[in-house]
Formats: sequence, C-alpha cells, structure tokens
Amino acid sequence: MKLNVNGTIRDLDVEGDMPLLWVLRDELGITGPKYGCGAGLCGACTVHVDGVAQRSCQIAVADVGPSLITTIEGLGTPAALHAVQAAWIEHQVAQCGYCQSGQIMQAASFLAQNPTPTDTDIDDAMSGNLCRCGTYPLIRAAVKTAAVLMKKA
Amino acid sequence: MSRVGTIARRSFLVGSAAILGGVAFGYYLYRKPIANPLDADLTPDAAALTAWIRIDASGITLIAPHTDLGQGARSMQAALIAEELDVEFGQFTVSPGVPSAAYYNTALGSDQAPFLTSDEGTMAQAARGLLGAVVKIMGVQATGGSSAVPDSFDKLRIAGAVARETLKAAAAAKTGVAVAELTTRNGAVVLPDGTSLSYVELAPLAADMPLVTEVQLRDPSQWRLVGKPMQRLDIVEKSTGTLKYGIDQSQNEMLHAAVKVNPRQGGVMNSFDATAAETMRGVLGIVPITNGVAVLADNTWRAFQAANAIVFDWGPAPYPAEMDAHWAQVAASFTDDRLDLEWRHDGDADVAFAASPAIEAEYRAPYLAHQPLEPLSAIVKVTDERVDIWTGHQMPRFVQQKVAALTGHDAGQIQFHNQYVGGSFGHRLEFDWVLWATEVAMTRRDTPIKITLSREDDFAHDYPRQIGMARGRGRIKDGKVDTLDLQIATVSASASQGGRLGQPLPGPDNQIAAGAWNLPYAVPNFRVRAYKVPELAPVSSWRSVGASSAGFFADCFLDELIHAAGADPMAERLRLANTDVARKVLEAVAEMSNWGSPLGVNRGRGVAFVESFGTPVAEVIEVTKTDAGIKIDKVFVAADVGRVVDPVNFDNQVKGGVIWGLGHAMNCEITYADGMAEQTNFHAHEGMRLHQCPEIIVRGLQNGHHVRGIGEPPVPPAAPALANAIFAATGVRLREMPFNKVIDFV
Repeated sequence: MKLNVNGTIRDLDVEGDMPLLWVLRDELGITGPKYGCGAGLCGACTVHVDGVAQRSCQIAVADVGPSLITTIEGLGTPAALHAVQAAWIEHQVAQCGYCQSGQIMQAASFLAQNPTPTDTDIDDAMSGNLCRCGTYPLIRAAVKTAAVLMKKA
Repeated sequence: MSRVGTIARRSFLVGSAAILGGVAFGYYLYRKPIANPLDADLTPDAAALTAWIRIDASGITLIAPHTDLGQGARSMQAALIAEELDVEFGQFTVSPGVPSAAYYNTALGSDQAPFLTSDEGTMAQAARGLLGAVVKIMGVQATGGSSAVPDSFDKLRIAGAVARETLKAAAAAKTGVAVAELTTRNGAVVLPDGTSLSYVELAPLAADMPLVTEVQLRDPSQWRLVGKPMQRLDIVEKSTGTLKYGIDQSQNEMLHAAVKVNPRQGGVMNSFDATAAETMRGVLGIVPITNGVAVLADNTWRAFQAANAIVFDWGPAPYPAEMDAHWAQVAASFTDDRLDLEWRHDGDADVAFAASPAIEAEYRAPYLAHQPLEPLSAIVKVTDERVDIWTGHQMPRFVQQKVAALTGHDAGQIQFHNQYVGGSFGHRLEFDWVLWATEVAMTRRDTPIKITLSREDDFAHDYPRQIGMARGRGRIKDGKVDTLDLQIATVSASASQGGRLGQPLPGPDNQIAAGAWNLPYAVPNFRVRAYKVPELAPVSSWRSVGASSAGFFADCFLDELIHAAGADPMAERLRLANTDVARKVLEAVAEMSNWGSPLGVNRGRGVAFVESFGTPVAEVIEVTKTDAGIKIDKVFVAADVGRVVDPVNFDNQVKGGVIWGLGHAMNCEITYADGMAEQTNFHAHEGMRLHQCPEIIVRGLQNGHHVRGIGEPPVPPAAPALANAIFAATGVRLREMPFNKVIDFV
C-alpha cells in the first residue's frame, strides 16, 4: 500500500482497516495529528485529505487511495509558518496545546473554502473541535486574524 | 523578605526559613539542608548556582520543577529566574529537572490552615508555617492547588539573584574590578568599560566560589519581564505540531501496550479468555497485571484491537453498583458522627431559627471526569540497575516511590523524565497507568514498554470529582440576609487520594466546605458544617477541588436568600463583603458589567463570588432565554491574585477556568451503573463547544497582600453565576448540576 503524506510517497504494510491516524502516528512517526477520542468527537486528529479537513481516526487507510494527505507538519513549519499558524502564535492560543494541531488544520481548510467568514461561519466550522482548556475565545480571534493574513498573502 | 541569610554552599534553599519562627515541631529536620540535585552530574566546567540554575559550556539551563500541564508553568518559572538573573528568552533552555526534595512546594501547606486568608494573626501564621514544614519534611514536590506561582514567586527570583551575584563575584575575582562596579545584562557580567564576560565563560570560576546569599531583590518598578505580556516558550511548537507530548515519545525497541483493567474501579479480575487476541496481527504477548490484562503489540491500534477482543469475567465493584445508592449515602451523612468539622459559626444560627422559620433548600453536585484531551500514557523501561519512566505527572517523587516499591529498586534508581502534558485538571495526580506500564515492563526487562489508554479506558479509570449535597437554611430580616447556615456533605477527595498514596488524612478535609466557610461575608449568623461521606467510588482532585461543589452550593443558596429578601444580588453581596480585597473584586465586575442597567426581555444577569486557594473571584454572567434554550452571552470576571505575573497567560487561564466551570455545569456528570461509569467518551461528557462560548471579559486586580494562583479560582464562581443568571432570566432555580437535567442550552 502506498500513501502520499506531506508530498512524500510512503510504502506501508498494514491492515486496510487501520485508521489513518494510527498509520501516521505509529507506522510513519508523524505525531502532529493527535489521538483524542478515536470516535470523531474531538477533532484532535484532523488532517487534510485533498485539502479538506477530515478526522483521521475515522478514515480506514485503505480508503485513502491516491488522495494527498497533509498533516500539520506539512501545513507549515516553525521556519515557514502557514498564515493560520502565524495567527495562532500571535494570539498565543495554546494552553496545553494538545487539540491545537486539529484546530489549526480545521481552520486552514475552512478558510481556504471561506476566506471571509462571519462569526457564525466560524462558530459552525470550529465547533466540532473540542478544547478542554477553553481556548475558544482566542481560536475565534486567531481565525479572524488568519483570514486577514491569508488575504494579504 | 528580600534578604537571604547565610546558607550552606550547594545546599541552598530559599524563601521559607523565616516563616517557621516559633514552631517547635520538626524544627531541626525542617532546617536541615537538602542536597542540590544538580550536584549529582556536574562536569568540571559546570556550575550549579542553586537547584534551579545550571551553567556550563553548552549554555544556561533553568530548572522548572512545576509540571507544565498547559497552564504555562515552565514559562512562568523561567521568567521569574530570568528576571533577576538578567538572561533573556532565547538565551537559556528550560528543563523540568529531576525529582527532588529540594523542589518541595513552599506554598502547598499554608493553604490548608483553618484560618481565613484575611487573618494575618499569630495563630494563623503559625499554623500555616507548621503545615508548610510538614510539606518540606515530606519533600512534597507537587504541582497543584494553584500553588505554582505562590511557591515560585519569591523563591525563583531569589535563586536568580543569588546566581547573578555569584557570577558577579566570579567576574570580580577574575578581573579585579569591584563587584559594586559590575552590572549584568543579556546573560553576561558587564565591566565599567563595557566589556562583557558571559555567564558561560564565568561558570567554571563561579562553580568554585561560595554562593552569594546576601542579595537584594529588585523593586517591581525595575522588572523587565514580570507583570508584562510574555510569549510562552512553547507557543511556536504548540502551533506547529512539533511539540512532543508524553504520548508522542518513543524509545528504541519499544513495544506498545494496551490494558484492560476491571472498569469497576478496584474490582478484581476473576478470569479472562485471550484466545482470539493471541492470534491477531502484531500481538506480541498477553500479560496479566493487577486486576486486568495488558496486550503487547507492535502498534497502538493493534494493541487496542486485541485488548478489545479479550473476554473478561470481572468481579464486583467495591462500592455501590448503582447511582441511587451513592446519593442515598450522601443524603444519610448529615449526622453528628459524620460531622468532619464545623468550620465557621459567627453569631448563633440556632437562636436565629428559633426566632423565625428558616428558608430551606437542598443542592447537589455530581461526579465529574477530568478527561484532558491527551489520554494517559507512559513509557517504562526496567533494567537491573535502573528504571526509566517517561510520562507527565504532577507529583514526581511519589511516582519514584510507587514504582520503587513495585520493582524493588531504590527510589534513587528510578529515573523520572517529566513530559509536557496535554491537560490534566487533576488527572495526573494518580498512578495507575504508570504502575500498569511498570508491571508489564517488569516482565520484559530491558525493553521499553509504552502504554496508551484508549479514551474509553481513560474514562473508565478516571477518579472523578467528589459528589456532594448541601442543605441550606437561612433567614432574612429587614430586607437583608440575616442567617446563612450550610451543611455540606461530600465524599473526601483528599482522603481518597491519601489512601492511594499511603498518606492517611490526619485531620478534617479542608476541601469539603472550601469556598463556602471562607466567604468574606459579615452575615450576622453564619454557620458552615462539613460532613464526610464514607468513600463510595474512589475520587480525586478536580480543577478547584472542593470549591467546585461547595462554592456552587454556598453562592446559589445565598442568592436565593437575597432574592427572598428583595435585595439586589450585587448590592447585598457588597454590603456583606467584609474585606477590601473582596469588595473591590465585586465592585469591579459590577462596573464592568454595568450592573443594574436594563437588559431587555428574556434576558437575565447573575453574579457569584467564591474565594478559593486564597484568590477571590467574582463573575457576572448574562444569558438570554431563547426558544431552543439558554444562550450564555457574556461573562465578566474580576480576580485578585495580588500580583499578575503575565497578563497574557492570566487572561487565558481565567477564560479557560470559566469555560471549564460553565461547560461541566451545563452538561457533564459521571454516573455509575453495574459498578461502571456510564460515560465512555466525549459524546456523553461533552463540556462546552466553541459555538456555546460566551464573550469573556477579564480584569486582574492586585490589591491582595500575597501572590496567588489563577489556574483554579475562576472555576468555582462560574456555575453559580450561571444558575443565578438563569434564575434571573427564567425564574427557574437550578439546584443540581448538570443544569441540562432541567433546561436546554443552545
């Protein structure tokens, strides 16, 4: 089985029903996507499949096929930040930070589809991602800043 | 406060000796120096300048012994040292260090004394000193009780100043320039001619010099860092997915493990059948452990799958199997023989009730799970010579002791590598997952074993917040609250935890009535009695601990009395407030929320005030009643911590605490059926979602005389402020959490 992750083709020998999350974390050592609930309830495992935010714990790896997988490691790096990451840093959103990979991937996908979101749009797009620390007010602010940054870019 | 006496070389401990005066108990032991853990592996070029600062050729390392649970503890500790050491962010690395009695918590004990925070009298101070001494003697290195800042604030600045002055002395010895003519900045001593001598190059010389312990701390007007907005040390890594949490760690040749332990907490395993699991792909072993089984595999998911394929016969729970029996035990605990302590009795409540009948109400608070988003995990490697543990924990030395007792190693052979933690809220005060991993690792010596709990297993083995009830009786007179009489019965989280630690609670549990008995209110007749419910399901400390339940009971019942008196909820609390600090907190939220201004139809406003861990917090909440349910519009918060170390993090901690308090009050509880927690994942214990999050406006006040923590104190007022606001909007008085038993939220 082959998987295109962050622009690299990776060879795998795994069961087809293994969730993409565990392929990424345990087989490929890509730990940006987090295990939170294993049931599509929290969004910590969010990655992009062909640019669209998906819960990697709910995708059987056999179903990925030739689709392009992007994890937060492929979105941007400390040296080359994505606009959403830059906004997250500017607002110092993270507390424990464990949900933030998923939050950022969700926001990046959402803003790519909706560059000028209303407050309601933001609430609708981000409410599937759970944050136990309670960083929601800063997530809202950072999404708005990211929208501005993406427009400038 | 800012003078440090002469203290023995390399056994330097700071910030506590003066507190103890007059307490004879354990005096010698208390004063005995504790070895500096940094001395253990010093190379010739390295200097350990106190237990918090290590400098060698590779650079400056600051030790941050308080675990970073997401509350920003590492950054805070580094900033306090850096403030006096004159190093800038980017010039040092931060390490959690090794577990040591040197890092005993100087603030943990003092909060346990049965005196109001406003009481600065001799008895109160002596009791706080005595309890602090117990914590030191036990060498309790702990992160909790909102004590990281109170513990660190003086201690780490003094450590930074001691190191700075010692480095200046080294520079003076090297150059012949008088110390008085030397300055420091940017990690270097600067000579009058502008020449810089870096701390790194001075370290070998400083290592051989006596520590300069006569130091003067800087006036706050000179602070570069403290009190100013800071950027957290971990913010870039946490925004790019590059921070490695405990669950992201790996070791060479590591095996993965999943565990199934009797979900009836503490119940035994009668038998199991792992036939199906043994042949599943990737399975490398089935290992019985205490009350359960571990599956070893080459991948976490394969271990989970195989564990789920094992058929178990579990023994019964050592507590009532059904929830009704839990509540019946709580309800039966308002008796003289279960009276833990009468914490307060101003005036005479009995005389008041003899004169006129009481207003009565009963309140309830449920079990609640911690469930931080990072599931519990640990890597443990056992060899003949040592045991290595990689996990995040709030009490590192207890981990060492617990593991040593299991493996037979000396505690000194237990190498604990504390990790960044994806939230805790009290969850990582327990030990089960570390001990399970250790049991497995003992059967596979020399192989690192990584245990990961599934979310479902994490829920099943969460030690929840205490359940409890309160019976309130009160009286109003002339439009004022005249009598407030609270009986509070909960299981004791402190006793339950203490039992698992092998540390029986020596006296009353100060958490049962925390947030109620210590209200700074001058109610003419004010009585608070705490009743200890015999242990039911085992429970643990949950963010804000006792005040999360007792604060709700006390403030909401007070609100009922105020409404019965026909008084204004804010004006009456202000009238009752009997400390300046508390009054100013209430005045702040009144002003911020424009209290008294008209809100319009279907809207309501509620206020609550609770003091916990010495930090008074007032919150005003505005809600709207919609056809679909209650919408929480705005929250105004004022909190007084004496000194705000970092306004950015302060703001985040307050907002997070409010959201934590509101989310759980809205829709969370743990209930038991057939001895097992019925809630298995976030669909059934959801908390707040982003679309439900109100606008939260925060103000930090600095009128208090002591530096206090902020991680927990914003939690307790959130639930009562919400209930009081809902009453104002709907006329429905909520007396039991979660509120969605009665009303819907949008």
